[in-house]
Amino acid sequence: MNSNLALKTNDNIETKYFDVQQVRKDFPALDQRVYDIPLVYLDNAATTQKPQCVIDLISHFYAHSNSNVHRGVHKLSERATNSYEGVRTKLKTFINAKQDNEIIFVRSATEAINLVASSYGKKYIKEGDEIIISQMEHHANIVPWQILCRQSGAILKVIPINHAGELKIEEFDKLLSPKTKLVAITHISNALGTINPIKEIIEKSHANNTPVLIDGAQASPHTQIDVQQLDCDFYTFSSHKMYGPSGVGILYGKEAILEDMPPYQGGGDMILQVTFEETQYNKLPYKFEAGTPNIEGVIGLGGAIDYLNKIGLENIKNYEHDLLTYATDALLDQKDIKIIGTAKNKTAVISFQVEGIHPHDMGTILDKQGVAIRAGHHCAMPTMRFFQVPATTRASFSFYNTLDDADRLIDAIIHAKEIFK
Amino acid sequence: MDGLRELYEEIILDHNRNPRNFNKKQDDTNHSAHGHNPLCGDEFTLHLTIEDNTITDIGFEGTGCAISTASTSMMTEILIGKSTQEANVIFQNIHQLLTDEDDLEVDQSVLGKLTILSGVKEFPMRVKCATLGWHIMQAAMNNKQSTISTE
Repeated sequence: MNSNLALKTNDNIETKYFDVQQVRKDFPALDQRVYDIPLVYLDNAATTQKPQCVIDLISHFYAHSNSNVHRGVHKLSERATNSYEGVRTKLKTFINAKQDNEIIFVRSATEAINLVASSYGKKYIKEGDEIIISQMEHHANIVPWQILCRQSGAILKVIPINHAGELKIEEFDKLLSPKTKLVAITHISNALGTINPIKEIIEKSHANNTPVLIDGAQASPHTQIDVQQLDCDFYTFSSHKMYGPSGVGILYGKEAILEDMPPYQGGGDMILQVTFEETQYNKLPYKFEAGTPNIEGVIGLGGAIDYLNKIGLENIKNYEHDLLTYATDALLDQKDIKIIGTAKNKTAVISFQVEGIHPHDMGTILDKQGVAIRAGHHCAMPTMRFFQVPATTRASFSFYNTLDDADRLIDAIIHAKEIFK
Repeated sequence: MDGLRELYEEIILDHNRNPRNFNKKQDDTNHSAHGHNPLCGDEFTLHLTIEDNTITDIGFEGTGCAISTASTSMMTEILIGKSTQEANVIFQNIHQLLTDEDDLEVDQSVLGKLTILSGVKEFPMRVKCATLGWHIMQAAMNNKQSTISTE
């Protein structure tokens, strides 16, 4: 059943880029048994496990530096503020932004998109304008624009996809018009794994004077992001999908655009001066960070970025690509499996269907064998509708997954087929 | 070995493969309802014919997992010919069988082969699958035309 033995023996990929077994030791949650069987965690597109260094940073913060940021005059507050702001700088470098104040902390990637829809949208999107998204978007990159369209009278346009799960770029070309006031597109599809040609989309949109938001929730843990090279206007991503704590999202925006946007929420930290008549807003990035933020979450994210940098995103990308090849070949060896999402350019996300077995039943049977996957519509119901399936089973890999994890997945599927025979 | 065989009993797999009263042509139905489980995408529509307080016919259509399909299929089999009062008693018993910690109150004689569904209790995430069709049936009997949801 090890269809791709070359990957396993001749050219041992588990030590080729970094030592995977060594890396696994950094993730305590991976080292456990469920139903008395060693856990195989293949739900990384939903959320990733956390390395010990991230867990330690959070408890260390609460044990030693807990205090509020940006306001105390005391030592603890200074320490908390420095750690918190230090992560902003780390993120700037991580995605190669020009400056720190282009990094806004919010509570999720979803909130980052909502911030843009609400603030930028209110100011710049008018009746009759058009916003372009795609058929493969996560609900988080559909619903905020729908709400904006309903409020403003703008119109939502959708780039169709082909049966491999790739954008039909020629259709995008046709949709772009003087009416297009924003393009919001996912970098990598959470349901299909497709990596979109965002550089090309951004260039074409800019040639049309249209700014672009990239939903990078699935990209930041798998591939190097360079917002200056991409020249995107907004880039949104999420801490918990890149080995950091949940409750932290990041909005990158070009300084000039962020400067011109009205505040998203009002409250503390986002003001310079308040009277009952008028409020003077704080400068970037604080204008968009009302209220006490998730301080320990941001500090934990700093640890995750250090960890990713230590392994190296290039190594991660290469290893995960080898894993994808191995797992895809092994799945296709099972004759009755259909993979949904077969783009030429994709990450290690495999959505599939096994003939005669509903994904929800598959999810239960795999779970009982210690294999954690996602069964459902993956918050991408329009994508599911395109492929005419109510749901799929999705295995999503991380750099800490092994070839054995892929084998365990296949064995568990074979067992499911036996039950349903 | 792991409760899976108890969950996926042969009778359940059979009803999943060949659901009874599924996609059948019905002429005189007078009660119907639609229901879905947004979490997993299961959705069914039920059509009932009720004459003089008796369910004379039920049919259903839609898509779902093996548990929701089999449970709905078995439900249609047992309910045809029953009075609406009897249907309510069966509903209450099946609900108790699937959701109560100790099902001492369950009247096994009312349920017959439906007791096979009790294997679902070992899988709390799947209880909603097993109850979906039953909730739609209740809505249809009460002639609620609205869509019901197990969430």
